[in-house]
Amino acid sequence: MGNSLDFSWLGDAIKLIGTGAAMTILLVVVTAFLGTLLSILGALGRTSRYPMIRRIVKAYVELIRNTPFLAQLFFIFFGLPSLGIRLNPIVAAILAMTINLAAYGTEIVAAGLAAVPTGQREAAQALGLRPRLVFVKIVLPQALKIIFPALTSQIVIMMLESAVVSQISVRELTYEADLLQARTFLAFETYLVVTLVYLGLSVALRRLMFAGGSKFIFSGQP
Amino acid sequence: MEFTLWDILRNLLLAARWTVLLSLVAFAGGGIAGLFVLLLRISKRPWLRRAAEMYIGAFQGTPLLMQLFLVFFGLPLLGFRIEAWTAAVVSLTLFASAFLAEIWRGGVEAVPRGQWEAAASLGLHRIRQLRLVVLPQALTIARAPTVGFLVQLVKSTALTSIIGFDELLRTSNAINNATFQPFTVYGLGALIYFCLCFPLTQYARMLERSTVIPK
Repeated sequence: MGNSLDFSWLGDAIKLIGTGAAMTILLVVVTAFLGTLLSILGALGRTSRYPMIRRIVKAYVELIRNTPFLAQLFFIFFGLPSLGIRLNPIVAAILAMTINLAAYGTEIVAAGLAAVPTGQREAAQALGLRPRLVFVKIVLPQALKIIFPALTSQIVIMMLESAVVSQISVRELTYEADLLQARTFLAFETYLVVTLVYLGLSVALRRLMFAGGSKFIFSGQP
Repeated sequence: MEFTLWDILRNLLLAARWTVLLSLVAFAGGGIAGLFVLLLRISKRPWLRRAAEMYIGAFQGTPLLMQLFLVFFGLPLLGFRIEAWTAAVVSLTLFASAFLAEIWRGGVEAVPRGQWEAAASLGLHRIRQLRLVVLPQALTIARAPTVGFLVQLVKSTALTSIIGFDELLRTSNAINNATFQPFTVYGLGALIYFCLCFPLTQYARMLERSTVIPK
């Protein structure tokens, strides 16, 4: 039996894995919400009538999309305190994740807005809706419907990337796994179990988003 | 010892060589392995297709960090002595093979059915239909997302710092510990990543504009 895997520790570990998973879920839910809001603002900024705003959004998107998330996280957590901005690990993690997700989200939402036929906007204007209502009631819902699968994928990717926030000692799933394997000396078994938990989470998140999406976003639309 | 800005930059640039090397090796290895996975993924036998689908799903549905840990701690259980570099190459290669296979499958599916049939009517076997007729077209169609994935791969190498491979980000950590200038060190580190990735992103965008998808 010398070579077989040992899972006898699992019974005591379930609680720790559960708390870790709960933190991962919390991070993702908060990030998905803030990130989507910021993505919509970013997509609006990309087509702003002020060139300055367009340029800033473009620079932000390129900067984030062309650097590793882990480097962004370290910059925010270790680098910003020298400017006097000190963040606790959870806030730093949520900030880094939101900034990262929104950079991809901006491109996705912008593509969705561009895909809504101009006739929809014109028709809404012809009905006398104010510009803000035209956007919120007519254009945005249709755009979100188009981009929903892409946005879901991006949120799942963000969930998987959140594993690295264990590096700034946020007590999420990977952090608990690190603790567990240090205690049991069964690194492979521990990470195998936690990997399966992540796999389950990503499948569940995808299903949930699509179930929720078809209920709230896809229904009652023109 | 006093670190000047130039000392910091020079050391980071030297470390960036490892980031580049790891990216290239994983991309090449992942390309070869990915071609093999692609063959399974579009095979005529359902169980081979299913196996390839599960392989791809496993890599796309779990964090790369976990994949790194499993290779780093798993291979020694099988009796291999393993260093951070080996673990990094093995896991990034597997990771790349799954993603590239899926990207190229998209390319294969974009090639019109008639191309297969025309190749078959010329008397070519399935493998030669693929090699001579379908794959060249599929890979041309998939050029832009392939380069896009290379960008993702370069960024992913940063995770190997966690298992102790001395690439750009791990060197940034070390220099930061010596200089206590996190803003400068991580800023410069991120800038180097940007200089590696941005040209590739632009190239992918150019390819995207010039790619014609056959109808």
